[in-house]
Amino acid sequence: MQGVKERFNYLFSSTRGLSMVAIGLIALVSAVWGTLSGPLAELGVKEFMIDLLGMNILQAEREGRMITLYHSIAMTVVAILVYFITGIISMKEHERVKINATVTVGYLMVMFFGLAFGYFGHNWIYHGLFISGQALVFWAGVLLAAALWPWRKEYYISDTAYARTRSGLDLERTAFFVVAVAMLGSAFFGAIAGMYYGNGFETFLAETTIREPHKTILQKSIIGHLHIMLALLTTGVSLVIGRWLDFKGIWQKMAMPLYIVGSVILTFGAWSVMVVEWAHTTIYIGSTFILLGALFLVISSFGVLIRAGLEKRGLKKAGLFTRLAALVDDPLKFGSLWQMIFMNFTVSGVGIFMAVKLDEMIRVWPYRDERILLAGHWHILATLTATVMLFYYADLMGLQGRARKIFGWAVIIFSDLAFGSVTIFGMKRLFVDEASQQPTVDTLMVLADLALVIVLLALAAFLIWLLVDFFSKNGRWKKDVNLSSSQEVKA
Amino acid sequence: MKRTTILIAFLAFVLIGCAPILSQSNPPLVVDTGVDPESWALIPAGEFFAGQFNHTQTIDHDYEMMVTLVTNTQFAEYLNASLADGTLKVDGEFIVGYHPGEEFHAYEHEMEIPAGDYPHVPLADDSLRIDQSDGIFSARAGYENHPVVMVSWFGANAYCDYYGWRLPTELEWEKAARGTDGRPFPWGEEFNNAHVNAYFSRDPFEWTLGKAGDTTPVGFYNGQIYEGYQTVDSPSPYGLYDMAGNVWQWTLDDHPDQHYRYMRGGSKAEYEFMLRVWMRNSSGPEYMSPNAGFRCVR
Repeated sequence: MQGVKERFNYLFSSTRGLSMVAIGLIALVSAVWGTLSGPLAELGVKEFMIDLLGMNILQAEREGRMITLYHSIAMTVVAILVYFITGIISMKEHERVKINATVTVGYLMVMFFGLAFGYFGHNWIYHGLFISGQALVFWAGVLLAAALWPWRKEYYISDTAYARTRSGLDLERTAFFVVAVAMLGSAFFGAIAGMYYGNGFETFLAETTIREPHKTILQKSIIGHLHIMLALLTTGVSLVIGRWLDFKGIWQKMAMPLYIVGSVILTFGAWSVMVVEWAHTTIYIGSTFILLGALFLVISSFGVLIRAGLEKRGLKKAGLFTRLAALVDDPLKFGSLWQMIFMNFTVSGVGIFMAVKLDEMIRVWPYRDERILLAGHWHILATLTATVMLFYYADLMGLQGRARKIFGWAVIIFSDLAFGSVTIFGMKRLFVDEASQQPTVDTLMVLADLALVIVLLALAAFLIWLLVDFFSKNGRWKKDVNLSSSQEVKA
Repeated sequence: MKRTTILIAFLAFVLIGCAPILSQSNPPLVVDTGVDPESWALIPAGEFFAGQFNHTQTIDHDYEMMVTLVTNTQFAEYLNASLADGTLKVDGEFIVGYHPGEEFHAYEHEMEIPAGDYPHVPLADDSLRIDQSDGIFSARAGYENHPVVMVSWFGANAYCDYYGWRLPTELEWEKAARGTDGRPFPWGEEFNNAHVNAYFSRDPFEWTLGKAGDTTPVGFYNGQIYEGYQTVDSPSPYGLYDMAGNVWQWTLDDHPDQHYRYMRGGSKAEYEFMLRVWMRNSSGPEYMSPNAGFRCVR
């Protein structure tokens, strides 16, 4: 009984345990719901799964179902980010406990009742609990923002290696705070439109409206909401990575103001989509600030990784190839930075290309091609961000040695292969016409699917390793049971 | 050695994807569906449920719509007639025709369509299953009763206009596809491959082009068995065939501030969700696709 209690405490109070539950649930949902589309649906697994689970699937409700699915996964990812932040940023223990408890209950309600409502019949109690769960996640965000309040004197810093004001205000903490507040405000933009569902506003996927010349203000609100939430979540993850890699020095001092100002401008730009024509210009400016901040993080951390790798080899100076080998010595740390670079090829680059060539090229293509490119582009951003979070989590769980290398490289190589293939698939109209595209499509899809299978197998192996440890009497989990989250992360 | 083997296997796999497509060297299965491409169905005036959320809309006139998509045979006959009387002409690699242009407001992303000649069909594109011999157009063998494809909106509009008909508006098209009961597919709520020519629907014509498949003869999904392939009779409530899948269908509407033209019905290259009657595809009116055809109303 004591063992059960200790394990329960580990799962629902430690950063590692809480994250493990959330990641495990996302993996489970992805495994089951992934059968409803893509290659498994083509092979007929979809019908089998619908029958097996007794899902209630109506054609007209597809978009609504997908929105509950997106929220179920997104809220869980937000919860994981919250766990990471409460584990890595100084705050009072009672604040940490309250925030983690609230966000956990919130995301579990969103996931279970959202999926129940969307896929297993319209019980309106489910819908109410789905909404209540989102309200709890929002409230956890309010508590987090309060805990991150950077103007508390006890969190002022004196170490001049880190970005700070003259009075000692910690600019990294300020950046976390700004991102948290911006996410809270941005959540409202979805919630306000959501309030009108069934009362003059109808479910839609943003990609459905791309060619509508006159969008309603509520449609614009939703479009702004989903873009800014994903962008801020990604910004928050890059801040966590900076903390993990002990980002400091001149690059950090330049990056933190960029993160802060960029997040404010980007958020303002996304909100203003509803009312002004020039919102995109503001968004570009804000994005540029944040991308520059992330670039500085990558430049600085690459230097740190190279120095660490050389030190491991007993070298102080080395040639190009030795330095490169040192850089990639730890695939988890290197991977978290590399994925940020790769994101520019598959997300930022594609987005800029689409914006520049919109009238000349993209709008000459049929809508379906534009839709595929857009949908692929943001799925890739979301999933690449998830891989970065996984790298951090694998390190947090103490993945070492050969397993660390295999897991790290499998995720880097095969996720990039998959997302590169999907990007080329989305851009295929540039080099192949509709009549002769099928061999290209088949090759790209097989590459993407196989690569994703390998990534998922790596994740499954990692989760099985965690489960084996969890059921061991004296596994790693035991060490965390009596530690506070911050002690645990440091440990 | 092991690494080399893996590398070679990987490259071979990728190169397989670059293999040429098969359609041109393999004539399709020839079937007579028994559905007459010259027939029309009456759609009565009145209310119906439009769109995903079943908003009540009213069409205030009776109209007739072609029971099937315009076939290659029908379009070849039209080309011969319209080229002979000077309605259309050959310009380089296209057959072109005059369009009076559309009012331009310089709205953001608005297409500019001034008066002039616009392409209707390409002459040198193998995806057009109409061949030319001694100046006479005829449907390619085996494709006579397949829907014509690679016709731009200008071409589709001109075809209907030539015979005194017109393209259906989006609302007319949707009512014809779903009737008055709000169903998502022309035949009802349930979807399976025996209803429709969709992506990877495993119909007998799919082997030619892979998963995206080939067009099926108009009226193919009528409950007959073709060389062991059982179809389900899947007309719309008004008896129209192929109102989902096979090829996208051009509609008439010119949306101000935009001028894209909308297509309905999904195609052989689309998944189930794009075949729902309210889903739309769009493009500029010059777009010509192996997945797009049309039918007319009168």
